[in-house]
Amino acid sequence: MSILDVKNLNVSYDSCHAIKGISFKVDKGEVVSLIGANGAGKTTTLKALSGVIPSTGMITLKGQDLTRVPAHQRAPMGLCQSPEGRGVFPLMSVFENLEMGAYFRSDKAEIKKDIEKCYGLFPRLAERRSQLAGTLSGGEQQMVAISRALMGRPEVLLLDEPSLGLAPRVVAQIFEIVQKVNQEGMTVLLVEQNARMALKISHRAYVLETGLISLEGSGAELLNNDDVRRSYLGI
Amino acid sequence: MQDFVQHLINGTSLGSIYALIALGYTMVYGILQLINFAHSDVYMMGAFSAYYLAMFMGLQNSPGVATLASLLAAAMIGCSLLGLAIERFAYRPLRKAPKLNILITAIGVSLLLQYSAQIIFGADPKVFPKVLEDSVLIDFGAVQLKSLDVAVLIVTVIMMLALNFLIFKTKIGKAMRAVSQNMTVASMMGVNVDRVISFTFVVGSSLAGVGAVLVGMKYPKIDPLMGTFIGIKGFVAAVLGGIGSLPGAVLGGLLMGLSEEMVVAYLSSTYRDALAFGLLIIILIFRPSGLLGKKGVEKV
Ligand SMILES: Nc1ncnc2c1ncn2[C@@H]1O[C@H](COP(=O)(O)OP(=O)(O)O)[C@@H](O)[C@H]1O
Ligand SMILES: [Mg+2]
Repeated sequence: MSILDVKNLNVSYDSCHAIKGISFKVDKGEVVSLIGANGAGKTTTLKALSGVIPSTGMITLKGQDLTRVPAHQRAPMGLCQSPEGRGVFPLMSVFENLEMGAYFRSDKAEIKKDIEKCYGLFPRLAERRSQLAGTLSGGEQQMVAISRALMGRPEVLLLDEPSLGLAPRVVAQIFEIVQKVNQEGMTVLLVEQNARMALKISHRAYVLETGLISLEGSGAELLNNDDVRRSYLGI
Repeated sequence: MQDFVQHLINGTSLGSIYALIALGYTMVYGILQLINFAHSDVYMMGAFSAYYLAMFMGLQNSPGVATLASLLAAAMIGCSLLGLAIERFAYRPLRKAPKLNILITAIGVSLLLQYSAQIIFGADPKVFPKVLEDSVLIDFGAVQLKSLDVAVLIVTVIMMLALNFLIFKTKIGKAMRAVSQNMTVASMMGVNVDRVISFTFVVGSSLAGVGAVLVGMKYPKIDPLMGTFIGIKGFVAAVLGGIGSLPGAVLGGLLMGLSEEMVVAYLSSTYRDALAFGLLIIILIFRPSGLLGKKGVEKV
C-alpha cells in the first residue's frame, strides 16, 4: 500500500478550476516528482495536501483519510512542507525557524538532536544559527525551509520548487541533500519546474499540465520521453 | 528645571498608559493587519467591569493594593472575554473577506459597544472606586513622587515584562510571532492559527483592561464614551511607533504622554488633543512606517 495516496483531487479558485481530478501515489522510500510548467497547478496540489486551501477528493496518508483534517493537524500526522518561496519566518533566527518545524513535538531531547542533524546536513545553517532568517541569502533560506520541514519528522516530505531562483551550484547542493535524506529513508514528494534535476533523482514522476496529469513513469523513462524532452528539457 | 522633572514624571505615567492601549492595537494589527476600532470600547468595558466588581464586593471605598489587584483582575477578565467574543463572532467570519469589510465591521462593533453601554450603564459618568490612597511617597521639595504615578509605573512595567516574556520565551508566544510573520506557513507547522488569534485578542484586551483601571484610578470618572479619546491616542501612539511593532507601541505611547504633558505645561491645554494628530502627521511625513516600523508594512 502506498504511503500517500491521492485520488481525484480537485481544487478551484474563484474563477478557475486549477486541479481537475488528479490521482497519484507515493510509496515509502521513494522520491516522486511532480513536474510541469509555470501555472500547471503544482503549488496548488501541495497546498491542498497540506490543507491550507480547500479541495475535494481523497487524500490518504498511511491509510488515514486526511480529507477533513484541518491544516494544523496534518504536519503532526506526517505531511511537512517546504513551501514555494521558502516561507521562512523572517524575524526569527535560523534556530527558532527550525524549532518551529518541531512545534507540535514535545520530545525536547530528540528535537535538539534533530536540529544538530540539520546543521550536519547544512553546515551553513550552523554558522548562521542566530541570524534572522529574513537576512539570509535565497539558498540559505531554502536550506532553512527544508530543514524546518524535516524537523517535523514527516512521513512524506513535501518540497515545492526548492531550486527556484537559486544559482546552479546551490541547486546542485540542495538536490544532493534531498537525495541523501531519501537514501536515509525519507519519502519525498518533489515539485519542480527544473525537470532535468528533478527527474534525475526521482524514482517516479508525474507530468502536470494545466491541472491534469498527462504522463507518468520512472525518472529515467521520462528523461528519455520525447514529449518531456521537447516541452520540459528544452532539447 | 524642577518643574521639568515633575512634568517628566507625570508624562511618563500618562505615556505608559497610552503604551498599554497602543500594544493592543499593534498586536492585533501585527497578526491580522486590522485596525481594531473596537479596542477603545473594550477598554471602556474594562473600566465598567472593575466598577461593577467593586460595587458587588463593596470595594468602592477601601483603597489598597488588594483592591488594585482585584479591580485589575476584573477588568482583565472582562476585557478578555469581550475581546474573544468580538474576534470570534465579528472578525473571524470575515477573515478572508476584503480588508475594507472588516474595517467597517470594526467600526460597527465599536458603535454597538458604545451604545449598548449607554443603554445598560446609563450615559451619565460614574465615580470610579478609590483604588489607592493618593499620597506623596517621596518629596524632593519641588519634585514629588506620588503614589498613583508610582503605582501606574510599577503596574505597566510588570505588564510589559510579562508581555515580553510571553512573546519571546513561551511556546504560545513563538506561535504568535510565527502567525504574524506568515500565517499559512505557521499552520503548515502545526500551529492552530484560530487559537493563536483568539489568544492575541485576549492578551491585547487584557492590557486595555489594565489601562482602564489605571486611568480610573488617576481620573476617577468613567462613562460609556471614555474610550474615544484615549483610543485615538493609543492608536496614534501605535502608528507613531510603527504599527505592528511592540517596542514601537511602548515608545509611541511614552512620546505621546510626555509631549502631551509638556504641551499642557509650557504651551496651553487647548492644544492637548491637537498634539496627537500634529505629531502623527509630522512623523508620518518623515517616516511613513513609524519610528520603529518595518519598511513597506502594509497599512489599512
Ligand atoms: N490564489 C489564487 N487565486 C486564483 N488563482 C490562482 C491562485 N493561485 C494559483 N492560481 C491559479 O491556479 C493555477 C495553478 O497555479 P499554481 O498551482 O501556482 O501553479 P504552479 O505551482 O504549477 O506554477 C494557475 O493558473 C494560477 O493562475
Ligand atoms: Mg508553483
